[in-house]
Formats: sequence, structure tokens, C-alpha cells
Amino acid sequence: MFNTNPFAELSVMIDPTIMETYVILMALLVAGGTLFDIVHKRSAQYFFNNWQKSKANAKRQVSGGEKASVAVKTAIDGLTSAELGDCSTRRQLAHLLTMYGFIAYTATTAMMVFGYQESATPVIVANLWYLGAFMVCLGGYWFWFFIRVDVSAEGHSPFRLVRADLFVVSLTLSTTLALVWAYTQSNGNSAWSVLTLTLYIFTTTVLFGSVPWSKFSHMFFKPAAALEKKMSEASGSRNNLPEPVDRTNPAVRDSHSMELLKDAPLSMGLGIKREKPSHY
Amino acid sequence: MPTFVYMTRCDGCGHCVDICPSDIMHIDKTNRRAYNIEPTHCWECFSCVKACPQNAIDVRGYADFSPLGHSVRVDRDEDKGTIAWSVKYRDGREKSFLSPITTKPWGSCTPNLKEVVGPTQEQRDGELLFNEPKYIRFDDGGLHTLASNGLTLKQGVYY
Repeated sequence: MFNTNPFAELSVMIDPTIMETYVILMALLVAGGTLFDIVHKRSAQYFFNNWQKSKANAKRQVSGGEKASVAVKTAIDGLTSAELGDCSTRRQLAHLLTMYGFIAYTATTAMMVFGYQESATPVIVANLWYLGAFMVCLGGYWFWFFIRVDVSAEGHSPFRLVRADLFVVSLTLSTTLALVWAYTQSNGNSAWSVLTLTLYIFTTTVLFGSVPWSKFSHMFFKPAAALEKKMSEASGSRNNLPEPVDRTNPAVRDSHSMELLKDAPLSMGLGIKREKPSHY
Repeated sequence: MPTFVYMTRCDGCGHCVDICPSDIMHIDKTNRRAYNIEPTHCWECFSCVKACPQNAIDVRGYADFSPLGHSVRVDRDEDKGTIAWSVKYRDGREKSFLSPITTKPWGSCTPNLKEVVGPTQEQRDGELLFNEPKYIRFDDGGLHTLASNGLTLKQGVYY
């Protein structure tokens, strides 16, 4: 089962052109939904205004080389979900599982639908499709039942669904049903296979068609927000936040207000973050 | 001066929800980001502002006394044991303040109450609270007053 292309087996029942059209339609829905989201919420305008404000408050000029280095650092932080690691390693891990699982799953889906309907699918491509779907399920359910802030910090039931859950629920259900459908199809159970395929198509359409209402587009605007934050730090405007403290600097160490910390260790460890924020 | 959240900076970690003494910092149902559900009930205690790991929470001044252009921002760095404030006035002046928030590593002075001997039945039936003579230093020279410490109360306002 893990070495075969489930879409090639499906071509007996559904014409490959229909599958290809469906994948293109989903890609168009994501692009259209994201553009609608940008216009409707005026997020691009917000980022542009913020960028201008940050530039006006800049305390120093950022050179081209520095800008490139900030962009590379932002990309590395995005690829490692470093921002989430600031408050919780398990959130970072769950996000990495879901993110890379989703990338592997969607990329191999497109490859198997467009490239390997007629010819034999390389085993690695089929393996990656299953692995990606498993990773999404693992990260998604972990997040859904245990890590979601409304569950972990507010004490709500994991089964309470709100609009913010539209993305994670449709994503995890879609990949779960993809796996169940692939399993029932490989077993030759046609009735279950048709049922799970129908549900798989439904949840996938909800996932890609609900972009204006779901959190799908966070994967586009979060990197933009991270870049804006890092640029404001590089230019010194820092959104009016104080400069980072360097306790090894003699001017800081010997200042009157820091007298009590003169002989204290440079690292005080974690304060309130020693415990998870779950005291509801 | 109620708090508000920069939605693009918040990542929904829940620290502000956990720490808010008024229980008015909550998670919204649309984007799963923090927001102040009742700004008029905000005490302006800055707890959530200091607890936010992303510095995503700010405080808005009332328009009658601080209209436009001012800013009061804080960065509480637990690892360094410092708290830094940056105040920007409407006329462009900026002031910075830096102070310690602890002089010993976090958790190093937490009393281990599990090992403290519990009160006897006689103490339970008594009018004093747990460890009261000791904890208010009543057994160390009686009640501490200005006079017993060689101090006097001056009349009027002085600094």
C-alpha cells in the first residue's frame, strides 16, 4: 500500500483529466482566496503603513547586505518555526510536523496526479505522500486535542469547535480521510472506498475553498510580519520597544539603577515561563 | 489605559490569558489570537504586557490626556533579571529606564512548604494565623513601630 500511487488506481474510476482539473481548481481557490483576504482585511495596506512608520522612526540606515542577512534569518526562523519555540517546544514540534507534512503531502499529490498517472510512480514519491499525511495527522491531532490555546490555557473542551478551527480541522480530517481512502482502495473494498473518497474530496474542498474564512493564509502573512519585525529591530525603531539589555556592558553594569544586579549571575533562568500557562 | 494586542505579532501562546488578574484577556474565536474582552475593566496592571514573549501587547492611553503619538513600552527580560521601559512623549522626547526585577535566580528562594511542620491542634484552635508570631517578627522584640525603630512621623508632604 505505501509503495503505490492511490491516484493511479483511482484513474480506473475517475478520468485523470478530472483529477488534474480538480487540483488546478484547488490551487486557484487558494490564490484567489488569499488575494480576497488581502483586499478584504486590508492586510497588505497595514503592512505597508507599518513598514513606512518603522522607516520613519528608524534610528539607523540598514544597508543592502544587512537587509539580505535579515531576510535569510527570517527565512531560517520560518523554516524552523522558531517563533513558536519562544514559548513552547511542543508547539514548535507540532507545527514543524504539520508544516513539512503538508508540504510533502501536497507536492507529492500534485506529482502523482500530473506526472505518474500513466508511468510507474517512484517508490519514494508514494512513500513521501503517506509520510506527509501521517505527519500532518500527528502534528494536527496533537495540536487539536492538547496544544490549542483555548484548550490548554482557557480550559475549553477539545471538542468545542469555533471558526479558528476551520483550517486545522479540515486539514487533519482531509489527510486522515486520504489515508483511510488509500487503505480501503488498496484492500479492494469498493463501497468504503467510494464513501471515504467522497468525504476526502469534501474536506479537501473545504480546506482549500475556505481560505478567506480560515487561518490558511497565515502561511503567507506570518513570514511578512516576521520580516517586518526583524527589519524594525535592525533599523533601531523596534516599534518603540526598549533596546536589548547588555549586562556585560560596564556602562549598564555600573549604573545606579542596576547596582543590585552587579554581582548577580548573568542568567537568572526562567521566571513565569517555568510553568505552562494552564492555570485556568 | 486598556491593553490591546497587535494581531500580527501574537502567536496565541496563552501567557496573557493565564496571568491577567481580571480574567479579561481571552482567545478570540476567529483567529485564535489574544484580545482584551472588556477594556473598561482593565486595571492597566501591565501584567500581560510584561508576560507576552512576543511583545505583542501594548497599552492605549485615553484620548483626553494622551492623544496621539505617545508610547509607553516595556520589555521584561526574565533571563537577565531586568525590566526596561521606553517612554516616548508627544513632543518627541524619549526616556529609558532600566531596573532589576530579581537579584537571585528564579525559583532559588521559593520556600519548600512541604517540609514546614504543620500547626498543632492548639495552634489551629488559637486566634493567631499560621506562623503569625514568627512571620510578623512579633517574637523578635515585640511589635515593630516607628518609635521602636527610632523614627518619627513628620507632618505634611515631603520627599
